[in-house]
Amino acid sequence: MAGRKGLNKTLLVDGLKARFGDVIHETTVDKGEVTHLVDREKLLDICTFLKNDAQYHFNFLSDMHAADMHTVRPRFEVVYHLYSIPKKHRVRLKVKVDEGDSVPSVTSLWQSANWAEREAYDMIGVTFAGHPNLTRIYLPSGWEGHPLRKDYPLRGYKDEYNPFGEEKKS
Amino acid sequence: MTEQDKGVTTKEITIHMGPQHPSTHGVLHLFLDMQGEKIVKAEPDIGYLHRGTEKIAENLFYPQFVPYTDRLDYMCGMTNNLAYVQTVEKLLEIEVPERAQYIRVIASELSRIGGHLVSVGAWALDLGAMTVLLYAFREREMVLDLLEMLCGARMTTNYMRVGGVRFDLQPSFKEKCTEFVDILPKRISDYEQLLNENRVWLKRNKGVGIISAEDAINLGLSGPPLRGSGVKWDIRKDEPYLVYDRFKFDVPTGETGDCYDRYRVRIEEMKQAGRIIKQALQGIPDGPFNVDMPEIVPPQKKNVYKDMEALIHHFKYVSSSFKVPAGEAYSSIESPKGELGFYVKSDGSEKPFRLKIRSPSFVNLQSVDTMCRGQYLADVIAVISSLDPVFGEVDK
Repeated sequence: MAGRKGLNKTLLVDGLKARFGDVIHETTVDKGEVTHLVDREKLLDICTFLKNDAQYHFNFLSDMHAADMHTVRPRFEVVYHLYSIPKKHRVRLKVKVDEGDSVPSVTSLWQSANWAEREAYDMIGVTFAGHPNLTRIYLPSGWEGHPLRKDYPLRGYKDEYNPFGEEKKS
Repeated sequence: MTEQDKGVTTKEITIHMGPQHPSTHGVLHLFLDMQGEKIVKAEPDIGYLHRGTEKIAENLFYPQFVPYTDRLDYMCGMTNNLAYVQTVEKLLEIEVPERAQYIRVIASELSRIGGHLVSVGAWALDLGAMTVLLYAFREREMVLDLLEMLCGARMTTNYMRVGGVRFDLQPSFKEKCTEFVDILPKRISDYEQLLNENRVWLKRNKGVGIISAEDAINLGLSGPPLRGSGVKWDIRKDEPYLVYDRFKFDVPTGETGDCYDRYRVRIEEMKQAGRIIKQALQGIPDGPFNVDMPEIVPPQKKNVYKDMEALIHHFKYVSSSFKVPAGEAYSSIESPKGELGFYVKSDGSEKPFRLKIRSPSFVNLQSVDTMCRGQYLADVIAVISSLDPVFGEVDK
């Protein structure tokens, strides 16, 4: 990208790997973005460190979302985009989770995760342990299924309100 | 609550505000737990305008999704276009020509002015000052005329595309645009005369909906609401994209983080946007306005009608689009509402595997509860207006 600031690789890649080497499973640096695939169980530890350490100071959770890999196991990946307003750097954390397992909620660290996690639950169906109010956010509470899953049909399922939807496979 | 201390006992009740309510800026539904006239808890209920934009994106070619981004924050379509195409360009690792970058800056700053005009105008209307809205729309009309000169559309612009912009500037655009930015400061000072020391405006906004810098960051606020709390963070300055690092402009901030500060920030931002446009118009270089890559840039439409090669090119572009190398990218811009980011994960095909929109209104709206607690019911209106949510973007 034109004009974007250079990446602090020593800090964001080497520094983190040295400290959390055993829980960071994979690290990619691509297009000036650092991504760490971290252990699901240790997510809160890393996030707490990243938020509170003066060198990293990731005080802003820019965004978080989940994605459905469908055929791959574990099926889902949950992605956190962290930003530090004082240090002006970004890092992306990923955790993998399968159906039925849950990811620790980061709402205790960043309140902005509240709605984001609800959205991920609503759209993909990933659950977050420790979330204060994990309910659907966009869709009505009685909705069946999670629309952003790859096996959810584009036009939804057929019912009395949706004559164009697909027949449900029972 | 204090009412009880004074001996007035009222039962706590929950009332619904919206989704059909003229001053909720769309289809916002709020559950308000009230103790007398005061808010105990405000809980937004959203999703009335949910259209599944992200699911649609997964089923469309990359260039086909650009018009859908117009419908997110429909007050300022240009910035949405920009955020999306910028992310795809990041994935493709292409850099657009300088002229296109300048045009994009001009278009998105015009959009910012248009967006803030609606914000301030509608806000004043909600609080009972209709004049400001009418004046603001007079200027917004000028902005929309300029956007129409750029691309033929006024709100759903669909102007930017991967690799550049759709049309070059009209010959008379520079002159008209300069005319507008010259008039703008005078017009903005008109609004300020109407509002800045207006007693009703001050009573309704000063000290209302206060949020501290710490809370604002924790809640993920961005854009004018964050800067109103005194946090100087503007992506145009801190992670400059396009050619923003070449322009001189200030980032206004507030002190207390109340509604009035957010109003001041928006007014100042409009002035700064005018400054940027002026510099961009002076500095705009000649040259192509698209990258020289026929596979991702379609031919000019007028050629398609008379030139066989162009017709084939057009057909190829429309029917099979282009492939984007596998990978992922996140790119964000400073939209009028805050940090607007797109995350695209590509599996190497012509369609995104996963697209996530980080819409500023969605994140900002979460702070309604923090801002409203302990305030009067009437203040909720001021708080919502000061956050300026647009429901196309909140509900996606």
